[in-house]
Amino acid sequence: MERSLTQLGNLIYDQINNQEFPWIHMQSRSTDNIVYDANIRQYVLGPRMIRRHSRNIRHIRPFTQLIWTAWFAKELVTQRKTSTLRETYYSARGQRDIEYSDQTESDNIITDLEVALNRAREEFNIFPAERSSIFGDLTIEYTVPGYEGRRTNLTDHPDGVMIGPAITSSEFLETTADKVLVIEKGAMFNRLVEERAHEKFNALLIQTAGQSPRSTRAIINRLHEDYDLPVYIFTDADPWGLHIAMVIISGSANAAHLRGLATPDAKWIGVLGSDIVNYKLPTEPLTEYDHKRLHELKADPRYDDPFWQEELDILLEIEQKAELEAFSRYGLTYIVDEYLPAKLQQ
Amino acid sequence: MSQPEYQSISPSDFFYRNREIAGFSNPSRATYTAVRELIENSLDAAETRLVPPEIYLRISEVADQKDTETKIYILRVEDNGTGVPAEHVPKVFGQVFYGSKYELKQARGTFGLGGTMAVMYGQITTHEPVKIASSTGGKIHEFVMNIDIQNNRANIFKHTVKENPTKWRGTAIEIQMDGDYSRIMYRLIEYLKQTAMVVPYADITYVDPRGRLYKFERGTTKMPPLPESVLPHPHGVDVETFKRLIATKKAKNIKDFMMDNFQGVGAITAERFLEMAEISQKTKPKKLTPEDIVRIVRTTKEYNKFKRPIASCLSPIGEELLETGITKELALTEEDYIKVVTRKPSTYLGYPFIVEAAVVTGRTIRKTHGSGITLYRFANRIPLLFDEGSGVIWKAANKNINWKTYRIESDTPLVIVVHICSTKIPYKSVGKEFMADQPEVEKEVTNAIREAARGVRGFMSRRHRIAREKRRLNIFNKFLPKIAEFSARLAEREPPNIDKLLSLVSADIPEVEKKLEEVPEIVEESSE
Repeated sequence: MERSLTQLGNLIYDQINNQEFPWIHMQSRSTDNIVYDANIRQYVLGPRMIRRHSRNIRHIRPFTQLIWTAWFAKELVTQRKTSTLRETYYSARGQRDIEYSDQTESDNIITDLEVALNRAREEFNIFPAERSSIFGDLTIEYTVPGYEGRRTNLTDHPDGVMIGPAITSSEFLETTADKVLVIEKGAMFNRLVEERAHEKFNALLIQTAGQSPRSTRAIINRLHEDYDLPVYIFTDADPWGLHIAMVIISGSANAAHLRGLATPDAKWIGVLGSDIVNYKLPTEPLTEYDHKRLHELKADPRYDDPFWQEELDILLEIEQKAELEAFSRYGLTYIVDEYLPAKLQQ
Repeated sequence: MSQPEYQSISPSDFFYRNREIAGFSNPSRATYTAVRELIENSLDAAETRLVPPEIYLRISEVADQKDTETKIYILRVEDNGTGVPAEHVPKVFGQVFYGSKYELKQARGTFGLGGTMAVMYGQITTHEPVKIASSTGGKIHEFVMNIDIQNNRANIFKHTVKENPTKWRGTAIEIQMDGDYSRIMYRLIEYLKQTAMVVPYADITYVDPRGRLYKFERGTTKMPPLPESVLPHPHGVDVETFKRLIATKKAKNIKDFMMDNFQGVGAITAERFLEMAEISQKTKPKKLTPEDIVRIVRTTKEYNKFKRPIASCLSPIGEELLETGITKELALTEEDYIKVVTRKPSTYLGYPFIVEAAVVTGRTIRKTHGSGITLYRFANRIPLLFDEGSGVIWKAANKNINWKTYRIESDTPLVIVVHICSTKIPYKSVGKEFMADQPEVEKEVTNAIREAARGVRGFMSRRHRIAREKRRLNIFNKFLPKIAEFSARLAEREPPNIDKLLSLVSADIPEVEKKLEEVPEIVEESSE
């Protein structure tokens, strides 16, 4: 990692030394250059390249910010420190002439650096805010400074362990689990821990807190690839829940330049549209916005599969949606005692 | 039962009793008006002689006074004008309604009233005589005198004749008067400054009561041509004037009288006009009845075939001179915008008039005047400093013009100068500080300002463009060093030399545009 950053520095340096306005080549991240690759079942960047050129008045500021961010990343890497997107944004604010007008701008530049280096930001130690967590029988060994060699089992923490830089960079030593169960919401995650679902189903539990952060997707991918654990995703039966599952399965357009985040073999097990009918779940009517989103998803290449098209159609047909919590009408433990076993059987 | 006592009063007496209408209402205002009247007489006197005026003004306090609000001041004004012939001095300065100005052409004053009023005001507040020295090129005549107010004539106390080795020509006058300088100080200086603006060929020196010297130096020796005297236009005549003309001018019949005493009246016009007024062409003027005269005067307003009044009696400052004056007094630089317009002559109620206007904006104006409109108003080259809001010029500048059309926002610094010259300025009062809104005058003033403002749009665009380009180059100056710094740190090398790159984009105005050509801009992200 350190070398890639130094190389970038040398490239710019040499151009300036040759009395040229420095510029770099990178893949275009504009929407028309993001294409769905059916072979690897995720979005990828197309072949189009752009030049970011310091001679261009509109480029020079982001160009400078990119170089600064690269330097900041190198500092993190060499000093073995981590930072967050937000922290990076505020660090830039301490630099005259670099500062961003808002965090979105800063996040964007960090993504540019990922594209320019062809590496994920976690590799240069910049992490998103931590909000998702993991629980279950997995023993890990930390590698972060000060904790090197220290081990912990993730069942030691009944609230779950936050998926942050420390977990992400740790070694996974052993697990007795034979599956991963991904849940969209913290409340349901807590319910499952309380009901000892990890023992009942022999599963690692991960809660994504909405749309899953990249580091969470990276861990899901890693558990699947390295330990061959099947992944099951459990979300609300509405367009947003569906898409949380889909991003874990097929990745997002925003991360089209990265690999190792999508888990195409992961299965979405519910709540299915058909479950709403079969389990007579309490529902809410679809809003206008839900409708619009469902139609967008129908046109999205990731949903080309007949299974997904049918699920979208069911929701549109019954004009209703249901949340995970809807199972509570049958009692708090119903979901663990009845629903999930039935689903996992299939 | 007592009989009311009737008595006639002399013109001097009339003005003595009504001095506030001539601008002598209180000590501070009287100080201002006295200075103004004397300076204007001096300017007129020099212009008549076709020499660039040199005016010296001194106001000093009389020594050993109690510390009261009003004090006794000595006002001294010297000029290089025509000088007043010795035999006329008593009348010019000691008699109301005597002067060289009772004819029809543009002049600052009208009846030679102001100078005498100043003398009279000094006399009634201090009981001191006035001192006058004058020379028309020969010997110097010095007078010490005052005014016999009841009889409208001068009392001469002393008349001395002196040799004139330096061949001085001009007039010097010294008046003692009750005044209040501290309250009028700023207006007075403003008055001199604005006078210098519209009389850019005059040198004005002023020593104030605290001994401070103000110099308003001329920016040119070029002077506008003198106005010519012309006959009155029939539209502008009133019954009284008509009667006086009849009394003083000889003519064998009314037709000849009309042709000889009014401008633009030939035989045919005279015949048609008299026919309309139902007066026989053969009538002897002196035989006209009062009713006839009233009918004639009324008909002059209705008859619409007269030629337009001649404008050669007017003397506009001219675009070049006005620009010189404004540039000099506002200390404009090349970065400021100034446009001066002299309109073609126009008329209202039979009086010809010409409007001149200037619009000024730019960095200097922002510094000295702040944002928004500042108005400088002039009538026959006299600055108007009071009652701005009630005049026609204020209305034209603030109400009639949509400034947005010219890219001028409410916070744009803007100076508007308007000069109206006419044989008769439509003042609303004898104080001569603001003009009534005659529709023709209002229209001309509005059009003049519009015409001068037309170029502002382009100036603003150009300034915006330069500012934008400057900003653009500053961006390079700002970011290139950063790129160099952080790429060097990233590569762990010494900072590279970026002087060459920076020199390509250095933000030296006015070289900006040239430099920009050397730094071609890549407009879109190029795809490859």
